[in-house]
Amino acid sequence: MEKTIRIKRFDPESKNPQAYHQEFKVEVEESSSVLDALITIRESIDESLAVRCSCRGAICGSCGLRVNGQGTLACKTKINSLRGSNGTITVEPMGNMAVVKDLVTDMRPFWEKIRQVTPWLQTTGDAPTAEYLAPPDAMTHLNPVMGCIMCGVCVSDCTALEVDPTFVGPAALAKAYRFVADPRDAATNQRLRDLDEPTGMWDCTRCMVCVEVCPKGVAPMDRIMALRSKGMNSGLTDTYGARHSMGFIEVVRDKGILDEVMLTIKTLGLFNISRFMGLLPVAIRSLLHGKLPKPGPFHKPLPGMHNIRRIVDTTEKMK
Amino acid sequence: MQHDVLIVGAGLAGMRAAYEANAEGANVALITKVYPVRSHSNAAQGGINAALTDRGDAWEEHAFETVKGSDYLGDQDSITLLSQDAGPEIIALENMGVIFSRNDDGRLGTRRFGGQKKARTFFVSDFTGQAILHVLFEQILKTNIPTYNEWFVTSLVIEDGQCYGVVAMEMETGNVQFIQAKSVIIAAGGLGRVYEPSTNALICTGDGMGLAYQAGAPLMDMEMVQYHPTTLKANGLLISEAVRGEGGHLYNSKGERFMEKYAPNMLELASRDVVSRSEQTEINEGRGINGCVHLDCRHLGEKFIKERLSQVWEEAHTFSNVDMTKEPLPIRPGMHYQMGGVKTDNNGRCWDIGGGGWGGVRGLFAAGEAACVSVHGGNRLGANSLLDTVVYGKRSGLAASAFAKGTPSKDIPSSIISKDDNMIKSLLSRKDNKDSVAAIRLEMGTMMNEHLAVYRDQKGMETALTKIRSLRERWKEVPVRNKGRIFNTTLINAMELGFMLDCAEAIIVGALFRKESRGAHVRLDFPERDDENWLKHILTYQQPGADPKIETLAVRMTQWEPKPRVY
Repeated sequence: MEKTIRIKRFDPESKNPQAYHQEFKVEVEESSSVLDALITIRESIDESLAVRCSCRGAICGSCGLRVNGQGTLACKTKINSLRGSNGTITVEPMGNMAVVKDLVTDMRPFWEKIRQVTPWLQTTGDAPTAEYLAPPDAMTHLNPVMGCIMCGVCVSDCTALEVDPTFVGPAALAKAYRFVADPRDAATNQRLRDLDEPTGMWDCTRCMVCVEVCPKGVAPMDRIMALRSKGMNSGLTDTYGARHSMGFIEVVRDKGILDEVMLTIKTLGLFNISRFMGLLPVAIRSLLHGKLPKPGPFHKPLPGMHNIRRIVDTTEKMK
Repeated sequence: MQHDVLIVGAGLAGMRAAYEANAEGANVALITKVYPVRSHSNAAQGGINAALTDRGDAWEEHAFETVKGSDYLGDQDSITLLSQDAGPEIIALENMGVIFSRNDDGRLGTRRFGGQKKARTFFVSDFTGQAILHVLFEQILKTNIPTYNEWFVTSLVIEDGQCYGVVAMEMETGNVQFIQAKSVIIAAGGLGRVYEPSTNALICTGDGMGLAYQAGAPLMDMEMVQYHPTTLKANGLLISEAVRGEGGHLYNSKGERFMEKYAPNMLELASRDVVSRSEQTEINEGRGINGCVHLDCRHLGEKFIKERLSQVWEEAHTFSNVDMTKEPLPIRPGMHYQMGGVKTDNNGRCWDIGGGGWGGVRGLFAAGEAACVSVHGGNRLGANSLLDTVVYGKRSGLAASAFAKGTPSKDIPSSIISKDDNMIKSLLSRKDNKDSVAAIRLEMGTMMNEHLAVYRDQKGMETALTKIRSLRERWKEVPVRNKGRIFNTTLINAMELGFMLDCAEAIIVGALFRKESRGAHVRLDFPERDDENWLKHILTYQQPGADPKIETLAVRMTQWEPKPRVY
């Protein structure tokens, strides 16, 4: 069958380098992947099309790009699974990265961020003469996160990175989790302290996009949440993120609803005047649009408050 | 840009060599045409062999089964080193961070693999290669070893029969540079793309073998090309031997478990050449299913399959639309691995340090699939390739750093790049004659898969030789329509094709020369193994402007006399 593939092109060597979209009509088979189509274009229509690719089987991580606006591996995306507008499939380079040429992006910042999380096993004492003993489940637990192939697709679509390029990002944090959760690693506390710093684990906005787009089921956001729990459990409770997380539970236990004003006070601290001033316009607009409950002292306790408290306490005990 | 040791390729062999050379204090660098974790070592799914004495296993058993698997073409002293170093190497990898699967007691667990009676394959689910590759990459980051990522090596620099580095092109800029080194290790992997289809990644284009061959080092046993018994029909991708190791069965169209006929003891776990030939015979004799046979593992149960074979399940689901927990998977033999490669000694040296009776290039080393020590001989056992990469990667890293220490630096002008620079300019300035790199590659691959596959004969191979030489003539004129210098993949493909054509010719001349059937090389016109005349390696030397020169070399035997091979 014939398909129209619309590709975002960029040639840095042209006279006036600017990105543009170009359409190709290409004959594909029922079982073809987007990568098959791109290779057909490169081999028989336009040899100048630049795309990284190697294994064709979703294990090397070379062909990360965007199809119809979403990050994915070209080799793993079957053409017949896509419903583009008018049957046209749009292929673009990954986001949150500079483009080198066409679908090839600059991966250097990606690798630099991986480097930031001290991505190697740190053990103490003399090297053993045999393997380290470790519970089999603890190792099996690491399989999905070791399954990360560093394709960059999560980084491409990360909404937090879009507004803050200094965020270490989902791939590096998933890698960090791989060591924090490894029973052989002896640097857990130091790792968590490092991740507790600005640009670290608290900068994730929990939008879930990385979980959705990851082609290998690594679920980076889930790993980030697990890192936060481990951090708080180890006593790292002095960040806005940690205080927000703990304050959330306290407020609900206290009032049965999410009192945003109280939560803000618990998160920022009562005397953080400058941050409060910054938030004031947002608070007023929200209040006017009915998006905030009446602040603290003005609202009545919910009926059946003791049941809500019971639920919170039971859940806390179960942790 | 100057180093003691420069390693071409950053897969398992390359990074293991780099790690070792660095530990010896050498100034070492890796150069790769991709990023290290993109390397094809990723694709090794099933595991890595080691006979650990504290598990009631013995290196002698592993060694013997490797010798038998090689159809007695493997060098027995090299195989002894391989099996003796295996245990410490597994432990070293575990200590570096590999999350090998474990038993209930917290110690490393094993699974069974083909051609071996004991379960001695250590594994990480079914992505063992990837797991080890990423851990070695972590060690490269930890030790701050520099890597030239996305650089394509165009030639080795040879002065007075000694290698002094490489000329390479940075793909992001198109700049050509000389990178000097006192020793160079070729660890650039296999040549799968010489065939179509192949389980191999698109980057497996025999660059390393081609580079060494063009520089004057001999290639050895290139006729020994492994066809893996289980590959997908749709795109040739690999389905791990682990599926059979964990208990998967093979059936023909009549529902017969046909391996009972060909290998009554080892059944589906006979060595790969045997299983692939059996499948091909079933298919040729009309008992196939659309050119395939069935791999069935429904009886293993959904939980087991999803835990121990998760990637395979996913792969079959994505690429063949088959749910392996509910239906059998159609598979067929497909080109998978090159047992041959750049001839080395037991320390990775590509030259004869004395008395061996072969010639090569001083200062040049090789390891991994690009090399031929030979530990695989006529047929490699499953899960011995990862082992080969780390054991001989380490050995070559040690030897290359020692060689660098004893080698004074040499003045080589940077104008050394002009030959390669001009070659690239001429590639880019060719007239468009409507031919294409992709078309020549496809014709070569299809032709090799027709004439140099599981079964071979004189006539087919002669046809292949004529064809490969005519394709080479076309290659000399083939246009590169993309004229840019930045990330010009067609330009890279054109140069890769040059290496592949050289490798293909070496395969064909080796196969024509070996007038017997051994391991993966089975000739319908010489159906028997002939130990009297052919218990020897075949070395191919490139001769500028002439046909390759062929020499033979005796197989090194220690304690295992050749016997008939029954599984």
